[in-house]
Amino acid sequence: MSGRPEVTRMASTTEPLPAGAGAGAPSPHQTVEVRVPPRSWRSEIRAIKIVWKRELIRFQKDRMRIVTSLVQPLLFLFVLGSGLQQLSAASTHGVDLKTFIYPGVLCISVMFTGMFSAASIVWDREFGFLREMMVAPVRRSSIVIGKVFGGATVASLQGLILLALAWAVHVPYSLGLIFGVFGLQLLLAFSITAFGVMIAARIKQIQSFMGVMQMIVTPMFFISGALFPSGDLPQWLAVLNRLDPITYAVAPMRTLVFANLNLSEAATKALNPPITWFGWSVPIALQIFTVFALGMIMLGIAIAEFSAGD
Amino acid sequence: MAAITVKDLRKRFGDFEAVKGVNFEVASGEVFGFLGPNGAGKTTTINMLCTLTKPSEGSAEVAGYDVVKARDDVRRHIGLVFQDQTLDGYLSAEQNLRLHAELYGVESKVVKPRMEQVLRMVGLWERRDAQVMTFSGGMRRRLEIARGLMHSPRVLFLDEPTIGLDPQTRASIWGYIRQLQQTEEITIFMTTHYMDEAEFCGRIAIMDGGEIVALDTPEALKEAVGADRIRIETDDDERAIAELGERFGLEATMSEGAVSFAVADGEAFVPRLFAELDVPIKAVSLSRPTLDDVFMTHTGSTIRDAEESSATNRNRAVMQAMHGGRR
Repeated sequence: MSGRPEVTRMASTTEPLPAGAGAGAPSPHQTVEVRVPPRSWRSEIRAIKIVWKRELIRFQKDRMRIVTSLVQPLLFLFVLGSGLQQLSAASTHGVDLKTFIYPGVLCISVMFTGMFSAASIVWDREFGFLREMMVAPVRRSSIVIGKVFGGATVASLQGLILLALAWAVHVPYSLGLIFGVFGLQLLLAFSITAFGVMIAARIKQIQSFMGVMQMIVTPMFFISGALFPSGDLPQWLAVLNRLDPITYAVAPMRTLVFANLNLSEAATKALNPPITWFGWSVPIALQIFTVFALGMIMLGIAIAEFSAGD
Repeated sequence: MAAITVKDLRKRFGDFEAVKGVNFEVASGEVFGFLGPNGAGKTTTINMLCTLTKPSEGSAEVAGYDVVKARDDVRRHIGLVFQDQTLDGYLSAEQNLRLHAELYGVESKVVKPRMEQVLRMVGLWERRDAQVMTFSGGMRRRLEIARGLMHSPRVLFLDEPTIGLDPQTRASIWGYIRQLQQTEEITIFMTTHYMDEAEFCGRIAIMDGGEIVALDTPEALKEAVGADRIRIETDDDERAIAELGERFGLEATMSEGAVSFAVADGEAFVPRLFAELDVPIKAVSLSRPTLDDVFMTHTGSTIRDAEESSATNRNRAVMQAMHGGRR
């Protein structure tokens, strides 16, 4: 009825189109023929590499993110550290509280950036770019691995900025410290990003994702002993502390930083007591392995989830 | 060889059957159009052909490969331009294309020349270093088309490639499509709900309610409708309508200030109309059937209705995206 008179109008709009079409197109030039080879391990490596590289390019272009994600660690380090110093001077055996918190802060900064890196997969989905990657003739696992490695690299680069602050908290530099811290940060960032990507496979809205991550990551960070020694804790907190994977990243980090300081035995014992499981003190190597193993397991789950999602 | 062969393809989402067994073949080098209101099953069909959705039943071959059994082989040979944009706004145009080339494993030495070719084709070569977030909607769509062509696909899928674009950009996109047909061995499969664009396709399948209700060249489809449309302006429209009904048995309606009706062989009818109608006629216009009429004949709804419902569909799609319905 009302649609019928459209006939004449629609017919007339047809006219200018072909003419305009000819004018809008540039003259044809030489065609470059491209052949896409069948899938091989080399194409998978290339895919992982480019997804990883994209994270770095984006990090480099997103200066705001670099600045904003520094705020929280700096608050903990300088405001909390300086503020509580007066209360705790007696029990830290003369060690500046900032120095004590520093290893914990090195861990937090990585945790929060890793979380943001993982969130980018949710953004990618929201802005459609995830689809471009998902329809490529490569394994989903290559995309997920590239994404997790990229996120981990970005988070540890961010961590390097905090490493530059070591002098401000009375920690002298050494090659061992720099490489050790970077290595531990890379490991923690990897696990956290893998965890985030695993969550991102299920939670598709950015608001809910950030909410869930805050809900999980913030308690994990508080319980981990980043801000307190994990020695004489009340029973309930000690149990939670041992169950918290972050504990096994914070303790090696603190051990590494303290190895660079001249601390009395009493101070070391009070501030960096060994992590124990039912009285057995867990070797640092096992702690580091725990973080790595959990990261690999979560990466595996993330890959499985994204591969199944058709 | 056929570029696309579809046999009794079906897709069910729970109780709802979105695609109810479609059959068709697209020849190599053809521009094939899918026409229909949103919700007709066009996008679901395209998603199955692109290996994004698994068919519930039936089979489809694209570029000679089965979409389920040889998913990767299909993906290597197709280019995709989606309705929603899938570019990385933080990257430059060049970086977006390079990323695509790497993901598709395009040989390193041809990446650069191919990129130049496709970017020049869509007129974005000069803007290759600009961040995509600074691009207009039309530029982004052009870049997406360039990207879809980076790996020389055998079949290019375009899902509503011109939706929401200004007439000029639409025209230039059609320019690229024609140019592609001449310069590359490529089959183009597209969906649209713009009638005037469907005219440019070699063949059109009209889809409605999950089924293909008509499939032929635009000319043949229009011929099959048979009736021409005549509009007359008279001194007394009401009497004219009554008389048309009594004398000729024609069902005429008022629209936009004129009496409008459909009749077979309109050119021969006009002289009779002047001779036999008692109401003085001030003006007359005759139009051949358009694809709107074809659409009306096969789906029972006008294109305006279809576009209105597609607008609601688009809103729904936005809502879905916000709730993470998209992957």
